[in-house]
Amino acid sequence: MTAIEEKQRHTERPPDPGRPPAVLIGGSTFGTVTDQIASTVLSRKTPLFWWIVFAAGLGLLTCLLIAVWFLFYVGVGMFGIEIPNAWGFAITNFVWWIGIGHAGTLISAILLLLNQSWRNSINRFAEAMTIFAVACAGMFPILHLGRPWVFYWLIPYPNTMTIQPQFRSPLVWDIFAVSTYATVSIVFWYLGMIPDIATLRDQSKSRFAYFCYGVLALGWRGASRHWRFHETASLLLAGLATPLVLSVHTVVSFDFTISILPGWHSTIFPPYFVAGAIFSGFAMVLVLAIPLRAVYGLHNLITERHLNNCAKVMLGTGLVLAYTYAIEPFTAWYSGSPFEMFMIHNRATGPYAWSYWGVVAANVVAPQLLWFRRCRVNPKPLFAVSIVILIGMWLERYMIIISSLHRDFLPSSWSNFIATLTDNAALYGSIGLFTVLFLLFVRFLPMISMYEVKELLPFSRPDGRSVK
Amino acid sequence: MRQPTDPTFVPLAALSAHPRQWRSLEEREGVVAEDIPLQSEFSQEDRREFLRLMSASLALAGMTACTRQPTELIVPYVDPPEQTVPGHPRYYATAVPVSGIAQGVIVETHLGRPTKVEGNPDHPASLGATSVISQASVLDLYDPDRAKEITYRGDTRSWENFLLALGSMLNPLQGTGEGLHILTETVTSPCLGAQIEAVLAQFPRAQWHQWEPAGSHSVSAGARMAFGRPVNTYYRLADADAVLALDSDFLACGPAATRYARDFMDRRRRGDRLDMNRLYSVESSMTSTGGKADHRLPLRYSEIEAFAGAVARGVGVPDTATAGEAPNAQWVDAVVQDLAAHRGSSAVIPGDWQPPAVHALASRINTALGNVGKTVIHTAPVEVQPVDQLESLRDLGNALDAGSVAVLLILGGNPVYNAPADFAFARLLGQAKNTIHVASHHNETSAYCQWHVPESHVFEDWGDTRSFDGTVTILQPLIYPLYRSHSHLEVLEALVNQPARTSREILNAYWMGKKPARDFESWWRQSLHDGFIADSALPEITVAPVPSPPGAAVSAAPAGGLELSFRPDPYVHDGRYSNLGWLMELPRPMTKLAWDNAVLLSPRTAERLGFPNQQRVTIQRGGMRVDASVWIQPGHPDESATVHLGFGRSRAGSVGNNAGFNAYLLRTSSALWSAGGVQLTKTAPHYPLATTQMHQSMDDRPVAISADIEHYRQNPDFVRPLENAPERGESLYPPWAYTGYAWGMSIDLTACVGCNACVVACQAENNIPVVGKGQVLAAREMHWLRIDTYYQGDPENPAVHFQPVPCMQCENAPCELVCPVHATAHSSDGLNDMTYNRCVGTRYCSNNCPYKVRRFNFFLYQDWYTETLKLQRNPDVTVRSRGVMEKCTYCVQRIREAEIRAKVEDRAIRDGEVQTACQQACPTQAIVFGDINQRANRVAQLKAEKLNYALLAELNTRPRTTYLAELRNPNPALNTEHGG
Repeated sequence: MTAIEEKQRHTERPPDPGRPPAVLIGGSTFGTVTDQIASTVLSRKTPLFWWIVFAAGLGLLTCLLIAVWFLFYVGVGMFGIEIPNAWGFAITNFVWWIGIGHAGTLISAILLLLNQSWRNSINRFAEAMTIFAVACAGMFPILHLGRPWVFYWLIPYPNTMTIQPQFRSPLVWDIFAVSTYATVSIVFWYLGMIPDIATLRDQSKSRFAYFCYGVLALGWRGASRHWRFHETASLLLAGLATPLVLSVHTVVSFDFTISILPGWHSTIFPPYFVAGAIFSGFAMVLVLAIPLRAVYGLHNLITERHLNNCAKVMLGTGLVLAYTYAIEPFTAWYSGSPFEMFMIHNRATGPYAWSYWGVVAANVVAPQLLWFRRCRVNPKPLFAVSIVILIGMWLERYMIIISSLHRDFLPSSWSNFIATLTDNAALYGSIGLFTVLFLLFVRFLPMISMYEVKELLPFSRPDGRSVK
Repeated sequence: MRQPTDPTFVPLAALSAHPRQWRSLEEREGVVAEDIPLQSEFSQEDRREFLRLMSASLALAGMTACTRQPTELIVPYVDPPEQTVPGHPRYYATAVPVSGIAQGVIVETHLGRPTKVEGNPDHPASLGATSVISQASVLDLYDPDRAKEITYRGDTRSWENFLLALGSMLNPLQGTGEGLHILTETVTSPCLGAQIEAVLAQFPRAQWHQWEPAGSHSVSAGARMAFGRPVNTYYRLADADAVLALDSDFLACGPAATRYARDFMDRRRRGDRLDMNRLYSVESSMTSTGGKADHRLPLRYSEIEAFAGAVARGVGVPDTATAGEAPNAQWVDAVVQDLAAHRGSSAVIPGDWQPPAVHALASRINTALGNVGKTVIHTAPVEVQPVDQLESLRDLGNALDAGSVAVLLILGGNPVYNAPADFAFARLLGQAKNTIHVASHHNETSAYCQWHVPESHVFEDWGDTRSFDGTVTILQPLIYPLYRSHSHLEVLEALVNQPARTSREILNAYWMGKKPARDFESWWRQSLHDGFIADSALPEITVAPVPSPPGAAVSAAPAGGLELSFRPDPYVHDGRYSNLGWLMELPRPMTKLAWDNAVLLSPRTAERLGFPNQQRVTIQRGGMRVDASVWIQPGHPDESATVHLGFGRSRAGSVGNNAGFNAYLLRTSSALWSAGGVQLTKTAPHYPLATTQMHQSMDDRPVAISADIEHYRQNPDFVRPLENAPERGESLYPPWAYTGYAWGMSIDLTACVGCNACVVACQAENNIPVVGKGQVLAAREMHWLRIDTYYQGDPENPAVHFQPVPCMQCENAPCELVCPVHATAHSSDGLNDMTYNRCVGTRYCSNNCPYKVRRFNFFLYQDWYTETLKLQRNPDVTVRSRGVMEKCTYCVQRIREAEIRAKVEDRAIRDGEVQTACQQACPTQAIVFGDINQRANRVAQLKAEKLNYALLAELNTRPRTTYLAELRNPNPALNTEHGG
């Protein structure tokens, strides 16, 4: 036992039931952290669980590719969309995935600025989740276009047609919001990974791995100069990413609020969407963290403390959503508009009432379990609640889109949306895509930030104590 | 709009009577390869095989058409035809006959291709408007499923082969024609009549039969009953103050409907609209006419005769004997009083499908009211030979059964499909020694005939025809026949004259005999130019009613149980148009059903029988049974069902095959229009019917605003609070300037009869694709203009409101600001222009359109591959591809054309110079379009009326399309909401 480990052992305090659970448990040292994380990539046998889920993900991904082939070859009519329900699953999926992405940025940027160092052991895979969720999300607006091959007309670029996008349209704002978000997230994620990739480079046993990680590590040597620049860059990017957490879903909500459709045309949408995004994002973090923790034995790094904190965020944002759901009928009534009032009535009693009550059950009732500490720190109920919330949030977007569109102003144009096989293939296929990307990340990149976890160890701290 | 007919127009057919054509070098050298087993497709029983071969032959259709190209025209327009300017359409007058009775039209042609049918403003059956069927006739011309070759038992033959075979068929008849039978549909063509007479003169023992499945059998029988002789009756509704429709859909159905609707609505909107006429409709199904009526009484088919009898007694018709008592005394009293108060200015119009007794009663009522000669006009029949067609067909059936038919020549028609079911015509056809069918399509009857001769389309060959008042139109060809087709005139000519003359020679010779030779040529050209022969309408005659012997004029009482009425479909008629996608997909006025017919039941009857909507049932009548789907029709009389003819065809073509069910299978000679004792039993649970409007209730929203005339008189501004329009200028954006033109439209809801002529005109003008039943079921129909039909009030007898909804061309257009790529943008004259090439298909514009008038190409809906369909397209309108949004443009191509013309002539566009396609087709002139910047323009004046309102005005979209609220004129004596 080295002197450092000895010191650490002595400074470890016995658990105190009155205090929150520790951020790290067990006698981690710099060495054990490096071994634990790097070995999952470099030396440990890929668990069977990984292979099973990866195969399932690949299967779903194949469904997606077949669906995409039909969409591009035959036409966007493969989706169940029609008039008046001109948007359907694709936009629902887009908003859902974008929302999920929000948790990663919130954890890595806002919590960094707020000095919430418990985030250090979950921020890496949460950020990866963000990027893959944004990738899934970004796919859908293109898939749902009538002519996807000219999607770039939404992007302002110098062209011989001398036509620029129509800047009053929220869809153009979306392009900026989502592409900025994707860019900042990817840069932030990669930048944050450089020291760890350098560690993998140094630990790698094969020449191929050494070469690959070497290229990706950009010549990181761990010099103090490197660390100084790295820290500054991280803080700057965190500063950049922080407003994005609020702005992206605000802009996405503009897709709806700018229109005049009852059920979309509402000023409450920006906070409502941001809260919903964080709500679903944390649910996804838990859905990923809980199995990872079990399969890779990460209980010492992802502790009850993390589960508890994530659950609290979900409870808080869930209450914001409940408030929004409650205020919507009020604003409809207060507006005096018969169209608004009909929309609320129809949402709760019409052909898509199941989606409304499903949303209430999943997003308002289910999170109430999180008032109980036992539910917050116990992985099983927490996992179940998280799954329910993810479904609920998907349903919420479906409800907003379909239950508003299917009965608008003139009764003559009303009709019902019926999802097709392609709709479902694209939805589940995007989950497959996400799964595949995420599992590849887990397999080939450090899923937990080694150097940031090490920052939590007593040796790194001025007071020589582990972070609580 | 209309340009003078080109006097130099001579069709190619006239130039080359019998060009020598060859398909291969062998054939040219005289090696006739007759025994090549090219076509055995029609002998195949297997449906899959049939479809496979049909698709293959479709693919080859272009090739076969190529063989007709005259070789000398390989380099066209080195010497261009005189007066032809590429890009400038030319207009020719002709007519479109339906069941023999024509509507005068003017056809737009682009470089020799007829593309669009417009009404002939001078023709009495049109007055510039068109019926749905006239609009679609141009699609019929280009129907890729038309018969293309003369065939004998499915094998291709030449015209010469046919003539030889015809000669050998006729030889054994030894000149007397014993055993020669000719079956036609209703013939009004004077020239064709003369031809048939010539045949009958040469073959004195030959027989001529006529059968028109949805013809005016009862009308002529009723005339015989009332007057003792065949009489043609039509109505002058412009002078009628009170109209009683006895199960008649005169506003939307029938050969004179376009004219009737115009006259009726002109009268209705006379002056300040406070002096309205009044329409009572007593009907056995829900029709447009019933929907427009001030009072509507749903009665079962069999009860209408009693009602008519009661009215007859009320107005003092002597010796009125009817079956049973009138069901509603209050109604009868009110109607009688109203009619009696308008002696000489009222009209009683019986429906074509009502029994002869009702027609006779209506004639007597009209006579008693002194309407004859004022609002009700009698003339000699328009038919060449008015016969009892049912008996005529029965005679043929008997002759066939007796085996005495040596040659049966069927000119047009489809008796195997549409003859009464008890005739078993398909079986009888086998008894004829030789059968020849001359028809445009290889249809159900052709399958049972040995010879099939393709019939030229009405736009392809010469002919003549009469309209409802007898006005004769010379039909002139607008295009060289697309296939090896022949007219009826030519086929009949082949029976009597060898070598045969062409249609034009026959027609010319006939009319030369009728008109003085002096100046014949200029008379002929004038008639062609005008689209009708001046003063050819049949003169009014006075007919004395014969007294009816008591009890003689009573129809047989119906058998008990559920009653079934047969109706021709308003669009595909008796089934002859059921291969036209435009008509199949056109939503029916009341049900909004496309692609199917259905068993229409009242809500109460459906509930009693336990049928939900779209329940699949078996209709059983005696030993006959047909599977059909139920459609619950508000306003339908109880304990009765309506089915429409014209569906369920097996050999209509790729569009019409197997759409709907064949109601002819239940229709017998004893029950042509109605049958009692029908049973409906559930079969499969659900069969989807495609409707374009799933909600026909307004949900108390002020959408189609209407009021009684009394309410309007007392409160002329009643529309304003309902419209709830915001103040002008309530917008963050500065208002548009509109310094030049500002196009606007006004739609009069009082005048709209929901006939859908505008919709199909829009489809023809703007290259709008047909999407098929599956896509209509998925709510993806493409019509730029739709007519919403709303029901209000008691489902047993609701008020009906029609509302045409084109693009509103909003000044504050919600669609424009959400398009991310500027694909829909505001023009300086206030149109929301669609740039198809720029559209990427986000469909956000549709989501944000409160009127949902935008249509999206979810797939490649337009047929880009069928050669003939390409010929129909309007070259001034983009053919849209997959993935782009489209919508009504106010026919921007017509606006720009007028702008260019006005600019060339250095003037402003005149009021009425630009007509949108919908406006032009509208029988009642409900749609008015023009520049609203000019106060004096008609559209600006209409928009200044108190009845004017904007749809969903409270959204501050400031639509350019506005409506005039509907007014009705109920009888205070019938103190009920609507219908009574």
